[in-house]
Amino acid sequence: MDFLMNPLNLMTFFPLVGVAIILLIPRERKDAIRWVAVVTSLVSFFISLWMLSMFHAQNPNFQMVYDKIWMKTGGFEIHYAMGVDGLSILLVLLTTLLTPISIFSAWTAIEDRVKEFTIAFLVMEVGMLGVFLALDLFTFFVFWEFSLVPMYFIIGIWGGPRRTYSAIKFMLYTMVGSVLMLLAILWLGLSQGTFYLPDLLAKGVNLPLHLQSWLFLAFALAFAIKVPMWPLHSWLPDAHVEAPTAGSVILAGVLLKMGTYGFLRFNLSLFPQASVKYAVPIAVLAIIGIIYGAMVAYAQKDFKKLVAYTSVSHLGFVMLGLFALNPLGIEGGILQMINHGLSTGALFLIVGVIYERTHTRDLNAFGGLWKIMPIYGAFSIVVALSSMGLPGLNGFIGEFTILLGAFKSPVLGPVFTIFAATGIILAAVYILVMLQKVFMGPVKEKNLGLKDLNWREITVFAVLTLFIFWIGLHPAPFFNLMGPSVEKLAHGLQAAAVAMH
Amino acid sequence: MVLTNYLLALSAVLFIIGVAGVLVRRNALVIYMAIELMLNAANLAFVAFAAEFGALDGQIAVFFVMTVAAAEVAVGLAILVTIFRTRKSVDIDTLHRLKG
Amino acid sequence: MFLSEAMNQTGTFFHLVPWAVLFPVLGLLINMAFGRRMGEKGVAAVAVTASGLSFVVAVLMWLSLRAQPAGATVPFLSWMTPVHIAWAFRVDTLSVTMMLVVSGVGTLIHLYAVGYMHYDVRYKGDPGRYARFFVFLNLFIAAMMILVTGDSYLMLFVGWEGVGLCSYLLISFWFEYDTKGNLSLANAKAGNKAFIANRIGDFGFLLGMFYMFSVFGTLNFGKVFSEAPTVAQTHPQAILVITLLLLLGVTGKSAQIPLYVWLPDAMAGPTPVSALIHAATMVTAGVYLIARSHVLYDLVPAAQHTVALVGALTALFAATIAVAQNDIKKVLAYSTISQLGFMVAAVGVGAYVAAMFHLIAHAFFKALLFLAAGSVIIALERAHHPLPEEGGHDAHHNDDPPDFDPQDMRFMGGLRKVIPITFWTYLIAGLTLAGIPPLAAFFSKDEIIADTKAAFPLVYWLLVLAAFLTAFYIGRQIFLVFFGKPRSHAAAHAKESPWTMTSVLVVLAALSALGGLLNWPHPYLAEWLGHTLGEVEAAGLNPLVAGTSATIAIVSFLLAWWVYGKRPLQSASQPDPLQRPLGWLFTAMQAKWWVDELYWAVVINPYIALCRIAAAFDVWVIDAIVNDTAWLTDFVGEKIARWQTGFVRNYALSVFVGVLLIFTYLLWR
Repeated sequence: MDFLMNPLNLMTFFPLVGVAIILLIPRERKDAIRWVAVVTSLVSFFISLWMLSMFHAQNPNFQMVYDKIWMKTGGFEIHYAMGVDGLSILLVLLTTLLTPISIFSAWTAIEDRVKEFTIAFLVMEVGMLGVFLALDLFTFFVFWEFSLVPMYFIIGIWGGPRRTYSAIKFMLYTMVGSVLMLLAILWLGLSQGTFYLPDLLAKGVNLPLHLQSWLFLAFALAFAIKVPMWPLHSWLPDAHVEAPTAGSVILAGVLLKMGTYGFLRFNLSLFPQASVKYAVPIAVLAIIGIIYGAMVAYAQKDFKKLVAYTSVSHLGFVMLGLFALNPLGIEGGILQMINHGLSTGALFLIVGVIYERTHTRDLNAFGGLWKIMPIYGAFSIVVALSSMGLPGLNGFIGEFTILLGAFKSPVLGPVFTIFAATGIILAAVYILVMLQKVFMGPVKEKNLGLKDLNWREITVFAVLTLFIFWIGLHPAPFFNLMGPSVEKLAHGLQAAAVAMH
Repeated sequence: MVLTNYLLALSAVLFIIGVAGVLVRRNALVIYMAIELMLNAANLAFVAFAAEFGALDGQIAVFFVMTVAAAEVAVGLAILVTIFRTRKSVDIDTLHRLKG
Repeated sequence: MFLSEAMNQTGTFFHLVPWAVLFPVLGLLINMAFGRRMGEKGVAAVAVTASGLSFVVAVLMWLSLRAQPAGATVPFLSWMTPVHIAWAFRVDTLSVTMMLVVSGVGTLIHLYAVGYMHYDVRYKGDPGRYARFFVFLNLFIAAMMILVTGDSYLMLFVGWEGVGLCSYLLISFWFEYDTKGNLSLANAKAGNKAFIANRIGDFGFLLGMFYMFSVFGTLNFGKVFSEAPTVAQTHPQAILVITLLLLLGVTGKSAQIPLYVWLPDAMAGPTPVSALIHAATMVTAGVYLIARSHVLYDLVPAAQHTVALVGALTALFAATIAVAQNDIKKVLAYSTISQLGFMVAAVGVGAYVAAMFHLIAHAFFKALLFLAAGSVIIALERAHHPLPEEGGHDAHHNDDPPDFDPQDMRFMGGLRKVIPITFWTYLIAGLTLAGIPPLAAFFSKDEIIADTKAAFPLVYWLLVLAAFLTAFYIGRQIFLVFFGKPRSHAAAHAKESPWTMTSVLVVLAALSALGGLLNWPHPYLAEWLGHTLGEVEAAGLNPLVAGTSATIAIVSFLLAWWVYGKRPLQSASQPDPLQRPLGWLFTAMQAKWWVDELYWAVVINPYIALCRIAAAFDVWVIDAIVNDTAWLTDFVGEKIARWQTGFVRNYALSVFVGVLLIFTYLLWR
């Protein structure tokens, strides 16, 4: 009972209630299954709002901590520990928001094995929330691997023609990183005598710098694959292209954030000195990602692949912000994670809408859709503009803060900002060309009969658009939530930077 | 002391017979018996040492081994019975489909 | 009664300034939600009211400023908390001047568009898009208001990109056509070009803001300007770099060399858009930015010289191109670039009042030129293929050639008789542009030229030359369009536009003619702006310069008459009279000096190629390495799997051998 009174546990494991109910429903009653899934994930969302109401934004530490010893072995205590702070709360809210949205969006797109599909989504929500909330390295690793499995099935069962290849690639590639991370976790836990994150943070990791560096790199590899950072990104386009729309939304919206969150929570927090040491190489990779992703995106002929490569570019911004190692950059980075989740999630929904109607994603098969689908066109343009960082919409707030953070960073500097800022020109190029190919120009004959959005799709886009404008026009509440925790983290990083010189 | 030496020698002889049985015989059932022989050879060594040093650890290990052996036989025999039903033979040289 | 209640305790309306933005936003929201159901009249009423209320707010600000010339800062909502920048509005004489121009001209153009778009949506075959047009137009007013009233560079930037967005949306408004109405991607591409060129400028603006923030610690106008003198001592290079980066932004937005190329293509937008956005208001944002940042520019003469030179070169360069264009709107587009060059040159030499004066005058006469040109185009269009409601069954009985283009001046001629109101207003605007006294631009342009003469002689000569060409190309246009005899069926049968359009033309004509009174004979504008710009220039007319420029204008206009008016063209296919005497020079001017081709060859095509290479690299190198690793693992596994023979006794033997080996090792150790 004590376990369930904690909002974090309740929120994380509530989807399993839905799973239990769905198991009892006969598989023919698809709509009932869908409703249960949506309602369950909505309840989780409301629990996350309850958590938000109890969250003290001024407190930089972990809150609502639930900590129990899970197992004792060989003199080690492995905790089951959950807690939330300013670094994770927005990602938690993003997860609980995007899960119902993506289930809702798959209402008609998935007709085959609905039962398994919704179960996979609910189970995945458990894993994702656990990743963002876990306070013990062991608990974290369990959730980390756990969240992988449902996505493997979502791609592998409900995916496109090359789904098996993509699912296995996604799984294996991520696992390669996880293995090294597991080693690093074991090493860290054994050398420090605990796996419990607050203890590790309180004491500071007590290892010589070269060992810290190795641990940093082991964690970094796992997270860099997940982000994905250039040049470890090649699983992403395949996974996105084959995944069903709802899967892509969650993959881009939440799963990739697990990588950037990992950098934030473990690499920056536990190894400040190694972070300072590797900030420049990582920022360079991030900038290569920004420019390279934008250029490759421009050259794509497949709508979904284009959007997938924009993720590489956008997450380059996030990484640049995090490794600016100052409050501005990190706050921008966190906000950009949220922005990317909303905007790119919405972009995948946009691709999904047109794919469901035409069964093609070839950019040259469209044209002039704004004329025959005006509501769809309007939403798409708002989302696209948000993705290219138009001021007044969410993307700009994140990118501006990140670039400014990098400019003023103690370890990076103006040169990094100059190169990264070219990304906003290139983003305009690929976004505008995409809009032109899909929404402008003459209408193709075979597309004349396309139907505009229905009320279900409008609801989904309206919610996302609301957040796009909210963050763009009044981001203060979002910054306030993360501010103190980021200050604390940045303080440690600055001390490390000073110690290094 | 002397007794222990004899017991260990017996254990070694039993073990070698077991190994030879596994390597030479083709009947799966006989191979099982040979395996049991090896396990029991080990058991014998355990008890011999336990008696020699007056420690209980060896005795306990024997119980573990016996449990494992029982479990193994239970599963293994079940598999063998199934194989015999389908293939009318338990000659292990004919069972070579599981390969790379 | 109502007004006195709306005043706050200090007796001003300053706190109402957010409504200048909120009214248009409300208007666009209403039209977006209900536009399709309200019908054209409802949409038009909402949009015009929204824009008009915005103008009312601007007037209230003006009234309040007369009482308190120092102005006020009105905070509205917290915003970028990490850098401590809020949504805050700045009301001072400079911003209110811009507000009045934007919302005033904006409302007039809204009115004009009510009539114009009625025809336009029907010619283009999609009447449903009427509401969308006014949504965008209201959005533009809102964005422009944010631009001119923002209290920080960041907020200015929001408006800056916001107007860029509107410009993009409206250029590609007829996204399925080209300018001649054929199905094409041309308009959409023109929109992309505008947005991307602007983004390149905004890249500079952004970097300038970053640098500014790292030096000043804020982007707030007041703080930056008050600390600028100190910073100039401690970081002498910083202000130079910041101002030059801002200049890059200006070249994008205000269409200066090297980023001006988007503006001529922007004429793909409906004509009211060309008038409002690409002539009167948005493109002058760069001038406003420099005037606003005058404290910074005044500190670094090197930046000022660069600005002046860029402006003057653009003024001359664009004027040469304008001379040789045949498209009625293209001439005006290059004319706009050229006139913006005048303004930029003016702010470059520190003549901020002169620049603002010309900005206002230009807003009047260039908006009028475009609107009148729109009236001409619609008139030809209506004669070429009448709508069903106007007896459209005759549509195919005209004898115009298949390549007839209602925007091509070669198909016009003699229009002064059939569309007299358009003609007279066009003439007034044209003479104003040419700088014929006593029309508005004579005074404003004269002030600019007079100020540059003292400050920067090279710029002075460039501008004089540009002024000469200006009078010539506008003269050429007037004679080609309105004089001579009609060179097409459509030109002969053109009909005057409805009163909603012509009445706007008349109002703007009056403003163009009388706009000079703003700063002459009494320098009202200089005094007014002095409250913000902190200096009052000597606005008196320099008789020598005034005489020179008036002479130049008149001589040049007469020259245009001699070439184009005395012996008018007889048919649409006749070559331009200048083609023979000027030869390759005319060809080059007509081809816009091949700058577009140059950009394609040097920047765009290489970029596209590079993108393709990167995409191939991604598949054939990066992903191939991943897949090859997987393949290698697979291959090795395949080979090793041979050890797994399937014969149990083989396994037993290998176990046995293994045990033996281990024992051997243990014994031998």
